[in-house]
Amino acid sequence: MRVGENLNRALHGLLRDDSSVYVLGEDILDPYGGAFKITKGLSERFPDRVLATPLSEGAIAGAAAGLALAGEKAVVEIMFGDFAALAFDQIMNFAAKSVTMYGRRVPMPLVVRCPSGGHRGYGPTHSQTLQKHFLGVPGLSLFEVTPFHDNRAVLDRMLALGEPCLLFEDKVLYTRPMYGEGAVDELFAWRPVDDVAVVELADGGDPDYTLIVPGGLVHRAVSAMRTLLLEHDLAGALLVPSRLHPFDPAGVPELVPLLARTGLVCVAEDGTAGGTWGEHVAAGLHTRLWGTLRRPVALVSSAPSVIPTAVHLEREVLVQDTTIRSAVLEGLHG
Amino acid sequence: MNGLADEDLALLLLIRCFERKLLALFAQGELNGTTHTCLGQEYVPVSLRPLLRDSDWIFSNHRGHGHYLARFDDPEGLLAEIMGRKGAVCDGVGGSQHLRRGRYLSTGVQGQSLPVAAGVALHLKRHEPGALACAYIGDGTWGEGAVYEALNMAALWRLPLLVVVEHNGIAQSTPTSAQMAGTVAGRAAAFGVRHHALDDLDVAAVRREVAPLIEEARTDPGPLVLEFRTHRLGPHSKGDDVRPPGAPLIDWYAAYRAAHPAQSARIEAAAHDRVERVAAEVAARPPASWGGS
Repeated sequence: MRVGENLNRALHGLLRDDSSVYVLGEDILDPYGGAFKITKGLSERFPDRVLATPLSEGAIAGAAAGLALAGEKAVVEIMFGDFAALAFDQIMNFAAKSVTMYGRRVPMPLVVRCPSGGHRGYGPTHSQTLQKHFLGVPGLSLFEVTPFHDNRAVLDRMLALGEPCLLFEDKVLYTRPMYGEGAVDELFAWRPVDDVAVVELADGGDPDYTLIVPGGLVHRAVSAMRTLLLEHDLAGALLVPSRLHPFDPAGVPELVPLLARTGLVCVAEDGTAGGTWGEHVAAGLHTRLWGTLRRPVALVSSAPSVIPTAVHLEREVLVQDTTIRSAVLEGLHG
Repeated sequence: MNGLADEDLALLLLIRCFERKLLALFAQGELNGTTHTCLGQEYVPVSLRPLLRDSDWIFSNHRGHGHYLARFDDPEGLLAEIMGRKGAVCDGVGGSQHLRRGRYLSTGVQGQSLPVAAGVALHLKRHEPGALACAYIGDGTWGEGAVYEALNMAALWRLPLLVVVEHNGIAQSTPTSAQMAGTVAGRAAAFGVRHHALDDLDVAAVRREVAPLIEEARTDPGPLVLEFRTHRLGPHSKGDDVRPPGAPLIDWYAAYRAAHPAQSARIEAAAHDRVERVAAEVAARPPASWGGS
């Protein structure tokens, strides 16, 4: 099953099982079913709770927060995650703050879905991955869709948190298959550890390096791992968390060996360089594992640049499998 | 002006004395941060009080002490919130402009509450027909895009949303003429939203005028904008009034006191005493403690 289909089925199941769930967004009604078809079939089945909205991201997020305040649950689709900037006040100054700013905890079950990322030629304002702008907001959690984590479980978890969550969804991932249990390909296998999917060589052993990436980078990371293994004889491990923030991999005992007994930890992400999620993760690892880390954590981001539209220019700015491979080689041998 | 029931006048003067006390406490250095008093506008929430129900949600703003006191007879909890003392409505976290109690909620960012109120109104329309979401905003709030996004959505979805505009003619320091092109009425009309403006400062007259409109908003859901052309007597927050001193200000209470001196004197004295007692009692409380983030 493809990731997009898994997400669509998760929304179907959520609406079916919980009559307090609403889905709001632009152009999400059938037969259109949303710009990326993730909401397909929802409005025909649940016409009362799947609501097409005007082009008003601020009001969509605000109305969703109002529904949550009144005891419902809301899932918002921001057509392109870039437009979450238009909802920033409602997310940061209202929904997230309301959880705690009234003295006693106010449950705010609200998920804001953000189709993100480039590699599709949509240009500077339709290709971004905006995690870094939402990092560290009290009362706000960030998640990302991965090909390992079943989206129904992820949605249930986010709504149960009782605080607003952003769900980043790499648009390229929608058409990729979900990984079933165990195998990634003939070289690598994966297993869940806490909320982190761990990808390793099927025959195990301490890795030469460990990658940490959000779900959208999984295929580029695995491609880099193949090349590093086959051409450079370097065995890697890959950690893919579902929840990006807060995220403390060194706090998961089973993950510590993969971080402390490896030649290099490298965090890769699609956001543009500077003030990034990866820097935040690296700072945590440096603090928690100082003295056991073999080297400083290496960081891979998109270039500190707008994301161009033309395919050859976009490729130069965004993270590729070769970017990750080079960072690992440079980190280990540079 | 028409005579008021003692109960209404007592509430009006409780709000007035409360606000005056806040400014005095600030002047004495007893309060932290900032506050925005509703001196001159007390009659707006007091007029609406019997027309709103417990099942209605109220969204207030930065100038919200009158809204709160008209909903809850709780000057102690409100002052404790503003002073950061034990018994504060929100444990001292929210302060003057971030209050929540039951279905009453205020926020400190202009226009932010209208989309939220629309979401609550959607819930009410489906699960508690007849109830509405009432949001207080000012004339300055109409500069915010969130207002229009929410009005459009509420009109499209025919949501029971009552927007009470306290149009006091001045947004912080900026007169309406320098910050609003056109009118509130024109903006409501653009969305096909019902709008009614009032100049009256007389509580009974206001109630007579707006009661059928609010009832209609309940039975025939859709937004209703009630625009009170009102008068801010005090500064925006404290000590920041740049209007020329001595400029004529319209005060409902000056007019009322002139028409009903004996009742006014009696009830004002009682309200003043009550606020003084509350202030002394709250000031002596230990600091508020917060259960944490």
